[in-house]
Amino acid sequence: MTGVPDQPVLAVRGVSKSFGGVRALVDVDVDVHEHEVLAVVGDNGAGKSTLAGILAGAFRPDEGQLLLDGAPVALDSPKQAHALGIAAVFQDLALVDDLDVVENLFLGRETLQGPFLDEVSMEREAWTLLDQLAATVPSVRLPVQALSGGQRQVVAVARALLGEPRVIVLDEPTASLGVRQSAEVLNLIERLRERGHAVVLVSHQAGELQAVADRILVLRLGRVHGEFAGDASYEDLLAAMTGAVRPVRGEHDAVPRGARHAGGAGVVRR
Amino acid sequence: MSVPGPTAGTRLEGSVPGGVLSGSVVQRVRGAHLGMVPIVGALLVIWAVLGVVNPAFLSAENLVNLTLQSVPVGVIALGVVLVLLVGQIDLSVGSVSGLAAALLAVGTVNLGWPVWVAVLAALSVGVVVGLGYGVLSTRLGLPSFVFTLAGLLVLAGVQLVVLGPKGSINLPFESWFVRTVQQGFLPTPLAWVLVAAVVAAYAAVLAVDHVRRVRAGLRGPGTGTGRIAGRTAVLAAVLAAAVAYLGTARGVGYTVVLFVALVAVVDLLLRRTRWGRSVRAVGGDRRSALLAGVAVRRTVVSCFVACSTFAALGGVLAAGRLAAANQGTGAADTYLTAIAAAVIGGTSLFGGRGSAWSALLGVLVIQSIANGLTLLNLDAATRYIATGAVLLLAIVVDMLLRGRREI
Repeated sequence: MTGVPDQPVLAVRGVSKSFGGVRALVDVDVDVHEHEVLAVVGDNGAGKSTLAGILAGAFRPDEGQLLLDGAPVALDSPKQAHALGIAAVFQDLALVDDLDVVENLFLGRETLQGPFLDEVSMEREAWTLLDQLAATVPSVRLPVQALSGGQRQVVAVARALLGEPRVIVLDEPTASLGVRQSAEVLNLIERLRERGHAVVLVSHQAGELQAVADRILVLRLGRVHGEFAGDASYEDLLAAMTGAVRPVRGEHDAVPRGARHAGGAGVVRR
Repeated sequence: MSVPGPTAGTRLEGSVPGGVLSGSVVQRVRGAHLGMVPIVGALLVIWAVLGVVNPAFLSAENLVNLTLQSVPVGVIALGVVLVLLVGQIDLSVGSVSGLAAALLAVGTVNLGWPVWVAVLAALSVGVVVGLGYGVLSTRLGLPSFVFTLAGLLVLAGVQLVVLGPKGSINLPFESWFVRTVQQGFLPTPLAWVLVAAVVAAYAAVLAVDHVRRVRAGLRGPGTGTGRIAGRTAVLAAVLAAAVAYLGTARGVGYTVVLFVALVAVVDLLLRRTRWGRSVRAVGGDRRSALLAGVAVRRTVVSCFVACSTFAALGGVLAAGRLAAANQGTGAADTYLTAIAAAVIGGTSLFGGRGSAWSALLGVLVIQSIANGLTLLNLDAATRYIATGAVLLLAIVVDMLLRGRREI
């Protein structure tokens, strides 16, 4: 991400969301830019997944709005969000275990040839896509339950990429993966950025985010608790995530970015 | 190795588990596609045992009877396969078939409707019941086990009302409908033409698919000329053997042709259309299907409608076969037999896995046991116990396959 003040492809303005009596998100602002990885971190229950769900169209915000290219949009369903160029990979990947890779990739938007499925062109497109992601899937005709966790993640990301979305929301992509598979997924995220996508990466593992994130947004108890550069120190992130008092203010590696967060060198916003 | 150390290390490391993986992959694929093999094997074993114990079982005349007996329950089981695939169940298929049979009889005999009007009326009862179930399931979120159990009772009551105080209505034997269902057999030349046409069409589809895959630079299952020849030969052999052997007796009944054609069409819809994929996806993982943009509600409703309609058709065929509709039509163990047939044939009770062919194979297993034990003069008790044991075995196999694939 360059420092060019370009318009965010997707912007969240003053969004709040409650589930029953629980306030999952309170007055949250987020900007998402193309060619950029925005990481969203927070402790359990900080509202990360709710934010991902709102971006992906799975939840509707109670208050506030989403701006796509500066124009307000209402996302009623993941399908509609996808049609508008926002694709999401949910934490549980939302793959159907009994279906094979091709069937999962094209589920809900199969290529047809007359009244019948065009398996050949779908399979070819699947290989093309997986090769682009440098994925090591043994066969696209295997049921996905026969794949490893990392391969399943690749399949889920590849599915999100069908239709060339501009924004890709990844909810805890490495939560259930081993060290090596996590590294593969982080590589994958970098390739997504190189392809020009805006990537929103939701995670509670602050450590690994520093490797790929351009900006890091910290959520705590449903509120934005600071925004950091990608190279922010782990201690600063942890402090913001847990709400601990930060010992030093205005360190070089904890510079808040963005006009909306220009309230000073301090990272804690409220 | 000119590649820098770490990369080479990674490659090497990657290639070793890759070798292990490909082995387990073969095993897993086999587990996933075993589906039909155990049941075909079981059917052959059952036939062999029954044939040895009583040679009359394997006589052409008896096998013709077996095919005719299998059709009504088989058609019902085909519908059950669809609701099971989508992760639901329909316990009321017996009552629906009984009601449809009653409507057909009352319509043609008491009210003087033309047969086709009565058949359409009977089938539309199935459609309406299925729509009702679909609404209960998708709009109110009720469990299908409960509302179809209610439907079983309600529709059985409606069946009695429709039949009236006499409780039994005979269809005239001279009606073309009864004659076709009871004694309509495919003329031998036509049967052979049909076999040739089906085999040719099957080979053509495989060949076109193969050419397209080669052009697209794809390899994998379904390719290879040897494989195409093999599959075509198996199909040709099975069809030719059936037509030739049954032809030494009365032949292949029209209703049998109808049933097999329905199974083939449903199989085609399940495997090669968007709807079929939705069915398997919804049954496999409803939430994921919803997130992927599958029209979950429409898919579930369509399966309930198809199931009830097939059940109604099964009732119509049963009425034609018996030339009567009475209080016993579709009652007793009809629905259990149909569900058992679907499960024995390899359709999972847990949704998402199964095939239209499991209706055909499952009903053949159940009817073979029933038919064979009747020939041996064994009573209903033995038949129930034997069928139950086979059902238990089928579910154990289903669980084992599922368990192995989840490791």
